[in-house]
Amino acid sequence: MPAFPTAARAALGDTQLRRNLAHATHTIRDKRARVVAEVEDWEDLRLAGAGVKEAALRDLATHLETLEESLVRAGATVHWARDAEEACAIVASVAKSHGADEVVKVKSMATQEIGLNEALEAEGIAAWETDLAELIVQLGEDLPSHILVPAIHRNRAEVREIFQRRMGVVGRPAPGDLTDEPSVLAGAAREHLREKFLRAKVGVSGANFAVADTGTLVVVESEGNGRMCLTLPEVLVSVVGIEKVVATWDDLDPMLRLLPRSSTGERMNPYTSTWSGVTPGDGPQEVHVVLLDNGRTRALADDVGRQALRCIRCSACLNVCPVYERVGGHAYGSVYPGPIGAILNPLLNGVSDEQTASLPYASSLCGACFEVCPVRIDIPSVLVDQRAQVVDSHRGDRVPKAEAVAMKAAAWTFSDARRLGLAERASGLAGRVIGRFSRTTLPGGRTAAGRLPGPAAGWTGARDLPAPPRESFREWWARTDGGTHDDQDGSGTATKGGRS
Amino acid sequence: MSARDDILGRVRAALADVSPAVSVPAAPRVPDRGDLVALFDERVADYRAVVTRCTSDGLQEAVAAALGPARAVVPPGLGLEVAGAVVDDGLSSAELDAIDAVVTRAAVGIAETGTIVLDHQPDQGRRAISLVPDLHVCIVDASQVVADVPDAIALLDPARPLTWISGPSATSDIELDRVEGVHGPRTLHVLLVT
Repeated sequence: MPAFPTAARAALGDTQLRRNLAHATHTIRDKRARVVAEVEDWEDLRLAGAGVKEAALRDLATHLETLEESLVRAGATVHWARDAEEACAIVASVAKSHGADEVVKVKSMATQEIGLNEALEAEGIAAWETDLAELIVQLGEDLPSHILVPAIHRNRAEVREIFQRRMGVVGRPAPGDLTDEPSVLAGAAREHLREKFLRAKVGVSGANFAVADTGTLVVVESEGNGRMCLTLPEVLVSVVGIEKVVATWDDLDPMLRLLPRSSTGERMNPYTSTWSGVTPGDGPQEVHVVLLDNGRTRALADDVGRQALRCIRCSACLNVCPVYERVGGHAYGSVYPGPIGAILNPLLNGVSDEQTASLPYASSLCGACFEVCPVRIDIPSVLVDQRAQVVDSHRGDRVPKAEAVAMKAAAWTFSDARRLGLAERASGLAGRVIGRFSRTTLPGGRTAAGRLPGPAAGWTGARDLPAPPRESFREWWARTDGGTHDDQDGSGTATKGGRS
Repeated sequence: MSARDDILGRVRAALADVSPAVSVPAAPRVPDRGDLVALFDERVADYRAVVTRCTSDGLQEAVAAALGPARAVVPPGLGLEVAGAVVDDGLSSAELDAIDAVVTRAAVGIAETGTIVLDHQPDQGRRAISLVPDLHVCIVDASQVVADVPDAIALLDPARPLTWISGPSATSDIELDRVEGVHGPRTLHVLLVT
């Protein structure tokens, strides 16, 4: 994946994408605001939710051991996976042990994170996504662009085209009279997936929460596809990040009040399923749980960043983010886009890779993400801390970055008044040159430079550089004796507010 | 080293200097909402479910009216005669798919969110029967209605499988247009016994 600025530049050029995104983010944002306003003690609820998750994280080893015990007692088989490869291998071996060449899947961030579909395909097992948006993404051979609404970047005409072209290749074709009405498209998905639900032997899910003391997993959804996958197959495998654990059954209270309102802007989502291991005569009679690390212990060791593991994947931060709203999810190069993705990816993977290292800068630090986060993750503070980590990781470089050279030069210049004066004169000269040749005019009448050559190209490629003023303040002060003389320059900039 | 010991070791190492003690503020209680049954009625209807009130004497008639000509499956412990219904004795998924409707009772109703919770006791049946048929007629007694989520959690047994239902199945995945009825029942008809 390209680094964020490169990917963002391409996304910004797509006006259809920007229109789809603006419509979607504003709609969910407004719905969320309405149902949050209904709850009198929302701030107290946020504090409770943050507390539940923080307490679970700070004693994670204890809770994981309790969870394992409870699950086993309830008849489940517990597996542990250090990384994506181990987790995928466990799921594949469970499917193979039942001779299954296909599995039905509930939408799950964890299984996307580990690339489960691709890994199963390599083993000759087809993984069918059953959430409508995930189905659109999978059939379109596309990537999800939003945590909650993965096909947010597609409009109805595109969905119709994908269904017509691809459904028949992998199962029941779309009906011949398919229109682009959302209800008709949803109906086609219902027919297409029904045969897969009814025949599947193995279901795969994630979990929104895992309750340690009862061994209960929780899946929150809307369409009923989750219930289909969780109850109809004989075998169920759930891939659960170790950070999903909460200590007790009662801890679900603030979480189930916070999640739907923050996520889809509903008082409650249409379906929530909870199950503890195996229930004789009801649902899968063989239940596996894969507890996944894959970078989570790395994030846990980061004092500032640890709080990101509280995330309940509601995606409220995406919908309020001015950066996400304009560039969409693909630019973040990960299954976790938006503000939470900008901190989670570096936490899980480190900042040694150029793409991941670009993410902490993919923000205006406006703080809206923290305001809406139901578990109070202070995303701006984590971003700032990660920027420092990125800078630190380059301290030993033999060839310093242009930014570091510029900062050193600036420090040298600012530390001496004479040097600063000279620099200001040079800047004034540059301002005259840019003012004469630039073609861009900013609101307010000031001219701006276009794309500059050399190391400055990276900066000016995505931003306007206003032309520097022709005269520095100190020059103006000296020339007009602190504003007591008339402005002789004729530029009209110095007299305002001065005595005449 | 096993993956289990490795991961638990990493967790302990990551938290070596971190105090596990953290104060967890209690979740705020729910303010008094007055007539809970009226609120439940309103909020369930808000999810575009059909809500009909009836008395316990009129229940059988109300079920028949809600079903119309639809052929129904019922759980073994429904405790109500439903004309022409099949009693679930472990029907296969394909057999359930050929049935139009299901009639179940419920464990809890949540007024604030318009949610019905099934805990799949014999009067509600297996999870599959309330999932595969297209029409779900659900009987909720007014005495089962509680104020909000915490009250429901306190009443429910986590050892049982639970299904929380708020309206019919729905999706907003295409241009955020809400469409009722995807994979679960397209119609939810709640009979509120008062």
